[in-house]
Amino acid sequence: MNNKIATREAYGKALVELGKVNEKVVVLDADLSKSTKTAAFQKEFPNRFFNMGIAEQNLMGTAAGFATSEKIPFVSTFAMFASGRAFEIIRNSIGYPKLNVKVCATHAGITVGEDGASHQALEDLACMRAIPNMVVLNPADAVSAKKAVFAMAEYNGPVYARFGRAAVPVIYDEDMNFEIGKGIEVKEGKDAAIIATGIMVAEAIKAREILSKKGIEVRVIDMHTIKPIDEEILIKAAKETGAIVTAEEHNIIGGLGSAVAEVLVENYPIPMKRVGTLDTFGESGKPAELMKKYALTAEDIAKVVEEVINKK
Amino acid sequence: MAKVDYEMLKKNATEIRKGIIKAVHAAGSGHPGGSLSAADILTVLYFYKMKVDPKNPKWEERDRFVLSKGHAAPVLYATLAEKGFFSKEELLKLRHIGAMLQGHPDMKGTPGVEMSTGSLGQGFSCSIGMALAAKLDKKDIRVYALLGDGEVQEGIVWEAAMAASHYKLDNLTAILDFNGLQIDGKNEDVMNIHPIKEKWESFGWHVLEIDGHSFEEIISVLDKADEIKDKPTMIIAKTIKGKGVSFMENQVGWHGTAPKDDEKEKALKELGGAN
Ligand SMILES: Cc1ncc(C[n+]2csc(CCOP(=O)(O)OP(=O)(O)O)c2C)c(N)n1
Repeated sequence: MNNKIATREAYGKALVELGKVNEKVVVLDADLSKSTKTAAFQKEFPNRFFNMGIAEQNLMGTAAGFATSEKIPFVSTFAMFASGRAFEIIRNSIGYPKLNVKVCATHAGITVGEDGASHQALEDLACMRAIPNMVVLNPADAVSAKKAVFAMAEYNGPVYARFGRAAVPVIYDEDMNFEIGKGIEVKEGKDAAIIATGIMVAEAIKAREILSKKGIEVRVIDMHTIKPIDEEILIKAAKETGAIVTAEEHNIIGGLGSAVAEVLVENYPIPMKRVGTLDTFGESGKPAELMKKYALTAEDIAKVVEEVINKK
Repeated sequence: MAKVDYEMLKKNATEIRKGIIKAVHAAGSGHPGGSLSAADILTVLYFYKMKVDPKNPKWEERDRFVLSKGHAAPVLYATLAEKGFFSKEELLKLRHIGAMLQGHPDMKGTPGVEMSTGSLGQGFSCSIGMALAAKLDKKDIRVYALLGDGEVQEGIVWEAAMAASHYKLDNLTAILDFNGLQIDGKNEDVMNIHPIKEKWESFGWHVLEIDGHSFEEIISVLDKADEIKDKPTMIIAKTIKGKGVSFMENQVGWHGTAPKDDEKEKALKELGGAN
C-alpha cells in the first residue's frame, strides 16, 4: 500500500485505453477537464470529446441524447455538480429511460479539502442510490478504478461512479477482478467485519492492523458497488463475525451504511455501527486534517469496531 | 456627490491585490486569477459606492453584494478586511482548518459575506430574492451581484435574468467580470457566450459596457445604474484575468493555482505599495 495514485488519474488513463478499443465511447465535460482528467481523452480523440461549458444540466441531457444514438457517453464533472445540480436530469433523462450513460464524478468527499463545504459532496451516493435503475460504484484505488471503467463500458445501463481528488494507496494487483455488484473480501477475519467503500478501504485495512495488535481479527470487505449491493457477502459476514462496521467518506445518512443496514435488518440483524460524516457539512482544510476532524481515520474505525464488538 | 478620492481607491485596490496574493499563497491553493480581475470593481463598490457598516455587518439598511463567482473569495475577503469587517490576519489563515475564511464564501461564518456561494450561478439567483425583498419592504437598498463570464453558461443565470426583468428589479445591478477566460481555456473555445450584450438586452436588462479596471468608468456606470428605472442593469466590465501581476495576466493556468514563495515575492514587489 505504499504507492499512492488518485482514482481520478486512473479514470483519465483508463478512458484513453477504452477509447482505443471502443469507438462508441464519447466523453463530455463541463470546463473541468484538467481536474477530472478527461483532458487526456480529448487530446487523443478530439472528435469524440465535447466540452459543454459550465452547464451541468445540459451536460447530462446531452449525454442522454448521445446514448439514444448508440454512443456510450462518459460524462464528468465534480461530484457536487453532477449529483447535485444535475440530479433531476440524471433521474428523469438517464435513470428513467435507463439510458447507457456513465456519470463519472470526481472530487467527491471531504478529501477535496481546501475548497470547503460547497465542493465536498457527501450526499452523492445517497442521491444516486435512490434513483431506480442506477448502478452506483465507488472504487477504492487506482487499479479498481481502471477496472471499473471497463466494467461500466461492458454494462448496458446508467452508472454513477465516484472518483477522488487526492492520491490514495494502491491496494490491488493488476489481476484483481472487478465485477459490478460483487463485494471483495480484502482481508479475512472472524471477530467483526468492516464494510468499506472508496478511500475508506485503505483506512479499514490500517484499522485491521491496529486491531490485530490487540488480538482482534477483523474481516475487511471492499464494497465498491453500493448499488446493487452484494447481499450475499454481507449476510455471510454477519453470520460469521457477528458484528459489522461500515466506513465511507460520505454522510452516514443514505450511503453505504444505510444500504448495509437495510440488508442486515431484513435478513440477519446483528450489532452494527456506521463510520462516516455525522450529518454535517465539511469545511476547508488539508485532506488529512479533515479526515481526523470528521473522525474518518483508521484509528476512528478501530475504535468503533471495538464498540460494536462489545455489543455482541 | 463628493469628490472622488482616486488616490485612496488606488491604494485600496493595491492593498486588496496584495491581500489576495498573500492569502492564496498562505493557503497553498485557491483562485488568484479571477480574484485579481475583480479587484478594481470591488474596490469601487466597497470604498465608493455601497452603504455598508463594517462595525454593524447586519445593518438592515445596508446594500448587498453577492459574489456569485464564489471561487473569487480571496478578493471578497481582502476587500472586507481592508474595509474593516475583520482583521487582515484572518487572510493568512484562508482555507486552513478551523479558519473563518473558507475556500468559498460562507455567509454563516464570515461577517460581511451576504450569501454562501461557490456553485456557479446560484448566488446570482439569490440576489433576485434580495432585490425583491427590498422592494417588498420599500427599502432603499441596492443589490449588487458579480458574475463570471464562464459562469453565465449556467442555465440558472438566465432563469434569474428573466425573473429580474419580469419583476422590474431596478434596484439590482449585476456586473459581469468579463476576462474572457475560464478553466479549460477561452470562453470562445469552451462554450461561446456571444453575443453577450444582446443576450442581456433581449432578456430585458439595461446593459452598459466599461473597462473594468478604470475607476472613472466603474464609478460613472454604477452611478448611472441608479438612474435606470423599471429594469435591472448589467454592467459588462472588460477585465484582465490576473490583473496587476504580470506573470498571471491572461494566463489560464493561474485560475486556480497558488503562487509559490518566490512567485509571491515577485507579485508583491510588482504590486508595490507599503510592505
Ligand atoms: C456549478 C459549478 N460548476 C463548476 C464549477 C467549477 N468551476 C469553478 S471556477 C470555474 C470557471 C469559472 O469561470 P469564470 O466564471 O469565467 O470565472 P473567472 O474566469 O472570472 O475566474 C469552474 C468551472 C463550479 N464552481 N460550480
